[in-house]
Amino acid sequence: METTTLEPTAPVKLTAKDFTSDQEIKWCPGCGDYSILKQVQTVLPDFVVEKEKVVFVSGIGCSSRFPYYMNTYGIHSIHGRAPAIATGVKAANPELNVWVISGDGDLMSIGGNHLIHVLRRNPNIKLMMFNNEIYGLTKGQYSPTSQRGVVTKSTPFGSLDEPFNPAELALGAKSTFFARTLDRDPKHMQAIIHRANAHKGTSFVEVYQNCPVFNDGVFFVYTEKETKKEECLWLENGKPLVFGQTENKGIKLDGFKPVVVELGDGVSKDDLWVHDESDKIKASILAQFANYKGDEHKPRPFGVFYKEERSCIEDDMSAQIDYAFEKKGRVPLNKILSGDKTWTIV
Amino acid sequence: MDTTLETKQSRVTTTVNSESIVVRFSGDSGDGMQLTGMQFTDTSALLGKDISTFPEYPAEIRAPAGTLAGVSGFQVHFGSKEIFTPGDFYDVIVCMNAAALKTDLERLKKHGVVIANVSGFDSKNMKLAGYPEGSTNPLEDGTLDGYKVYRVDVSKLTKEALKESGLGMKEIERSKNMFVLGLLFWMFDNSMEFTIKSLEEKFGKKPDILAANLKVLKAGWNYGDTTEVFTTRYKTTAAQLTPGVYRNISGNQALSIGILAAAEKAGLPIFLGSYPITPASDVLHDLSKFKSNGVKTFQAEDEIAAICSAIGAAYTGSLGVTSTSGPGVALKSEAMSLAMIFEIPLLICDIQRGGPSTGLPTKTEQADLMMAMYGRHGESPLPIIAANSPADCFDAVYEAVKISIEHMVPVIFLSDGYIANGAEPWRFPTEDQLAPINATFLTENNNPGGKLLPYKRDANGVRPWIKPGTKGLEHRIGGLEKQEDTGNVSYDSKNHERMVHLRAAKVEKIADFIPLIKPDSGPTKGKMCVLGWGSTYGAIKTALLELNQEGYKDIAHVHVRHMNPFPKNLGELLHSYEKVLVPEMNTGQLILLVRAKYLVPAVGLNKVQGQPFTTEEVKTKIVELYNS
Repeated sequence: METTTLEPTAPVKLTAKDFTSDQEIKWCPGCGDYSILKQVQTVLPDFVVEKEKVVFVSGIGCSSRFPYYMNTYGIHSIHGRAPAIATGVKAANPELNVWVISGDGDLMSIGGNHLIHVLRRNPNIKLMMFNNEIYGLTKGQYSPTSQRGVVTKSTPFGSLDEPFNPAELALGAKSTFFARTLDRDPKHMQAIIHRANAHKGTSFVEVYQNCPVFNDGVFFVYTEKETKKEECLWLENGKPLVFGQTENKGIKLDGFKPVVVELGDGVSKDDLWVHDESDKIKASILAQFANYKGDEHKPRPFGVFYKEERSCIEDDMSAQIDYAFEKKGRVPLNKILSGDKTWTIV
Repeated sequence: MDTTLETKQSRVTTTVNSESIVVRFSGDSGDGMQLTGMQFTDTSALLGKDISTFPEYPAEIRAPAGTLAGVSGFQVHFGSKEIFTPGDFYDVIVCMNAAALKTDLERLKKHGVVIANVSGFDSKNMKLAGYPEGSTNPLEDGTLDGYKVYRVDVSKLTKEALKESGLGMKEIERSKNMFVLGLLFWMFDNSMEFTIKSLEEKFGKKPDILAANLKVLKAGWNYGDTTEVFTTRYKTTAAQLTPGVYRNISGNQALSIGILAAAEKAGLPIFLGSYPITPASDVLHDLSKFKSNGVKTFQAEDEIAAICSAIGAAYTGSLGVTSTSGPGVALKSEAMSLAMIFEIPLLICDIQRGGPSTGLPTKTEQADLMMAMYGRHGESPLPIIAANSPADCFDAVYEAVKISIEHMVPVIFLSDGYIANGAEPWRFPTEDQLAPINATFLTENNNPGGKLLPYKRDANGVRPWIKPGTKGLEHRIGGLEKQEDTGNVSYDSKNHERMVHLRAAKVEKIADFIPLIKPDSGPTKGKMCVLGWGSTYGAIKTALLELNQEGYKDIAHVHVRHMNPFPKNLGELLHSYEKVLVPEMNTGQLILLVRAKYLVPAVGLNKVQGQPFTTEEVKTKIVELYNS
């Protein structure tokens, strides 16, 4: 008699289509969000096998409509609170693959408090902040990342606020992973999403995203052919910091001060600053690049600035529960009800 | 009271038998009066007396020693009859310093007893207590004429007892509350056995401290027994309580235990997101101790993150809980509406305190009822359950959780500082006596052949709870208005109106699942009813018991626990009385609701002094309205 052995069938690899919901997308034509949605849907099948374990959490703003377009579990919540809700989701069920989608207003203004605290607690969630330096959904007011002096509906004479520098803020809040990418560079964004996913901890990804309606072109120097080679510095771990039209420039460190140098004429790549993702001091200097003005102007770094291994709150929480259980055992409900001291009335 | 005389060692002590006695311990925050009061209470309870306690803390942690702001008090009412309040006036006050006497004398009964620590009445302490320069000592100058005053140099006697202990001055000073406790135990003819046992447990690892505490405790007892200063002892027999096994419990403890019990009966893990706030922090502390039962507690960065993390956890299938007080509820309000439109279970505990703003954080008030009812944007009614006594916090929160889970709706639990910190004996239930709580999750598509309908309702208007991680049921929920059944975003105006009504109807439907209301005491119709809610229960109950004895036999006490929805027959019941009196620790909130909803010509009795009603206040108003 013949016997057949049933081999477990390997799960079929999911595709971008599996992650596409049936809801009509309602972003403005030309919005950078379309590209980000596409890259996320394209990349997720590379590492997600069970899409029922994926939860997208968002706050309020154009970016926050994102979960409706993902065919996974999702929460579209209230303004600024996505990190707090996501922390609860992850802490309650660490098996879930939790993503936060947010914008510069949602995350750095109304949700600023939750942002810094989620970063220090380091739950293993992926946090993408679409930065367009403007409030889109409320129709064009300046945001906490808008440059000083910007004229918007609420600042007809120019904004007075000093903007946040997201990289500086993240590092100051003890972020364990900070990266920056752009909507108009799909390949780079896909690579960064991969890196963010691979990091165990809160991966904070800032995405420069163009708002064609209220802040068109604010990042064009980094995305358009004419300027991007001069203005972008692509970070790669272990590689020297080289940039420029013909990769003819680099960054050297003079003490803690970054200096732009021309390659050749006695200066070689060996003299340049070599990117080290694990070096927080150097990451802090990279974060400062966006602050330099005038003669001190520096190219804008993209890629992974910094990455460190640190325990995640949900794991620590579970470990503490295991420890308490080993030490004390589960207290039976009847014991909880009676407490330690009772007396009897007959 | 009846009095017997006993001759012992050639001295006469009078023993006064009393039905109930109120003792108030007062001293500096650092004098250990809370601990002393609790030990005294535990012993009284273990001896079978009925008790009710009320601690009163200053808002400052260590206000300058000796000042009025620094007075920390603990009030205990115990006796052989059923007791429902910590008592209005004191029979005995224990004053560790001049500030304590100044604070408490006003509420000492005529001919009451003062036990004063004389070293707390030196010129320095007098000045700190705000007596003008050159004032005479109130222990000496006739201020206390008409009271029975015992002047005891507790500090000196404690030092004396411990002079060979080898302990430093600081430790010796700290033991003086044990002297007071020992003396009180003698005076009230209580055994020291339970306190000795509890000290042994507490200081088992510090034998020198244990020995010192025991020595001082016994020195206090012996001081009462041997010095001829004390001529009166008080005796209260055990109360006629319902037979059963009891424990002593505060409202906040009962709340924490209720959450634990409900979660276990529902088979759900607990996730508490909380931010410290008086008087609710105990719940965070208490539940944090139950990690071994898998309880996850999260001290969030603020009130908003606290509720939002609980919402996230509830979404994944945990029992999400957030505990706070009024100012915290105000901050959580937007997220409460979110949970409401999500239609997920969530428990919001509001331990009310004196407001508005920081108000009177350590004092009590019932002024958040309107906020619980209407304090949210949009049309977002939520069920509200109010506890009426410390032990009742257990039953009330248990029911709140049951409703929340079975009706997929956030529920507000209301308590207040008075019952949260107050304590009473509790005939606790066993596990098998608790009502079942039915928590079910959708595991397969509820629309076979079509797309999942996450907002499809059952006959009670309840949608399914769907855990992320469930294969094939991926869906999105959000704060935007939803299309009926599908939950997809919908801006359709008619759909919005329909959804507003469906969500409200679901809450209204809960009235089918709660018991009809009947009077707690008194007739079901007639001349007058006193309508209460929450922590006024004890004062109203006691007032009516006393009035009953005084001949007012036709007054009913109706106490509401389901504040929203109200029991279906509440209007009918209220209309069956000619007069309705509504005592509340606010300027009139329940009264507004019942007048608006049932057009009842109710009359209010309102107090916003950060203090609970005294029985006398309630009695006076009842009689006034009754005879008007």
